[in-house]
Amino acid sequence: MRGLPRIEIVAPVAEAWNRLPRPARWLATLALVVFLFLLPTLTIPIIDTPGSDFASVLFFPVGIYVLIALGLNVVVGEAGLLDLGYVAFFAIGGYAMALLGTETGIPFLLILPLGIVASMVGGLILGTPTLRLRGDYLAIVTLGFGEIIRIIARNTDAIGGPRGINQIPHPPSVGGLKFGVIDPKPYYWLLLVVIIVVTLLVRNLQRSRVGRAWTAIREDEDAAELMGVPTFKYKLWAFAIGAGIGGSGGVLYASKVISITPDNFLFILSILFLSAVVLGGSGNMPGVILGAVVVAYLPERFRGFAEYRVLVFGAVLVAMMVFRPQGLLPSRRRAAELRQGDQSPDDAVGGEVATT
Amino acid sequence: MSTDSSRLLELDQVTMRFGGVTALREVDLHVDEGEILGLIGPNGAGKTTVFNVVTGVFVPTSGMIRFQGRDLHTEPRAGLGLLEGVAPRLGPAKGLLTRRRSRNRITRLGIARTFQNIRLFSEMSALENVLVGTDNHHRTSVPGAVLRLPRHRAEEHSGRERALELLELVGIAHRAEETARNLPYGDQRRLEIARALATEPRLLLLDEPAAGFNPNEKRALSALIRKIRDTGYTILLIEHDMGLVMPLCDRVAVLDFGQKIADGLPSAVQSDEKVINAYLGVPA
Repeated sequence: MRGLPRIEIVAPVAEAWNRLPRPARWLATLALVVFLFLLPTLTIPIIDTPGSDFASVLFFPVGIYVLIALGLNVVVGEAGLLDLGYVAFFAIGGYAMALLGTETGIPFLLILPLGIVASMVGGLILGTPTLRLRGDYLAIVTLGFGEIIRIIARNTDAIGGPRGINQIPHPPSVGGLKFGVIDPKPYYWLLLVVIIVVTLLVRNLQRSRVGRAWTAIREDEDAAELMGVPTFKYKLWAFAIGAGIGGSGGVLYASKVISITPDNFLFILSILFLSAVVLGGSGNMPGVILGAVVVAYLPERFRGFAEYRVLVFGAVLVAMMVFRPQGLLPSRRRAAELRQGDQSPDDAVGGEVATT
Repeated sequence: MSTDSSRLLELDQVTMRFGGVTALREVDLHVDEGEILGLIGPNGAGKTTVFNVVTGVFVPTSGMIRFQGRDLHTEPRAGLGLLEGVAPRLGPAKGLLTRRRSRNRITRLGIARTFQNIRLFSEMSALENVLVGTDNHHRTSVPGAVLRLPRHRAEEHSGRERALELLELVGIAHRAEETARNLPYGDQRRLEIARALATEPRLLLLDEPAAGFNPNEKRALSALIRKIRDTGYTILLIEHDMGLVMPLCDRVAVLDFGQKIADGLPSAVQSDEKVINAYLGVPA
């Protein structure tokens, strides 16, 4: 594949963006945010979704996928840990909202952090024993975890078994914003706020020792450890942070849909989330967001082909792997790492440092 | 045994076996504070294995390594620090009170290394590579970084300054922003030294730092190593080039087939018959 010509449109755009003066970048970002807030009120002919309510689609699947993909990106894109059971954290968040909402009088604004904490604890429980594994082994164990969580939900009568949980309350209305059944816009706006906050916080992490530690682990875990990076600790943090973000998606999702069942959290979702990250360009937040939008939006846009969409999806992914394995908007660094992929550090060490 | 306060590192009858292969056999070796000790020997003699047991990559099959008088490979479990002195006397039960010291904790104890095959974080900039080293002494963790607390900002700032200083010391400050992979070979070796120094080690292990260098570069490196020692570091150096080792090192130890066959002043080692035989082969 190395022989194929590389069409580079991303780097020039990124460079032009970086050359813009700071205020201009701020203004452009602000304009984008305003546009995103107005989006559900606009009717734009081409991007509208025939057959389903556009504002609804913006909340789920598009917005939720974006949030989840941002969380999974911390695990896969930043720390380089392959997680095939990420839907588990979405489920934990969803069930936290459903249980606390129906069984207790805890207000929504408290359930959200509780759901996040519950998912993070789930991440720690999964990560503590498994993060000593690498690569394929980690992927298999996480895949199992995703299934275990769903099957536990299905077999536990106390949380509704296969019928799930009904009558999940909505968030309370604030001023003119009514979180009801009919209008999806307030949910979308709430979700958008969470997405923006998550983006900013993750960006802070990227630009700190935490981000450096993640990059170092991804590039050469043994060298990182020998340079004093507590690799296990930072991998566990990546897992917990990713899980927390996934959990927040679950809480927001459950707060709108009134009823959830274990079948809302099938394995295929883990794969779709991962596709979003990989397709967009793992490690690069704008890329990951774009990937999530593509994965979530296209099937809604072309509902007429609903029966074939998995087929089309598969074909697109194969084409991507051939022509643009680094993703639509890759991070500069990840793209370079991928090009070097054949001589990954684990192969290159020779006998010098054993992989322990 | 380790009452001598100038002993920084001490290998005591260290044996390292991999299956049927004995990479190190009952090696006694010590490094004193402030010296440059050269570790030489033919290929496969076990030099890099010494580095690997000293940095915690391997735990010796038998024998013990002490750093600043303390057991390098085991540490008291969290909260049991008070029992450190008692632990060795507990016999079998001491396993409950101690655990293996992880590699990153050995680094933070004050041992840092470079690699024979360069192992930089190749897609990070030179500066970022060194920052990974300076991060060792930073206390910011995820909460501090997420919220950009004042300590995080202060540490980022001071870490950056220190990293630039070190790049300056090894002579590649002008390449700070370049991606490590794009640096010329010699600069990559220098960057590895800067990254190791950034962890603020007491003992710096250099694994063939001059491999592939021409005579001029070797002279410059030699001067750099001496300068680093003079700023207060202790150095253990693996090197093949006798022309570099002999004038630079205060003392030289020779390994052959996993055993130490000589240890002493460069001039004495140079004329040692066993050493000459090891290098040239014993005449039949």
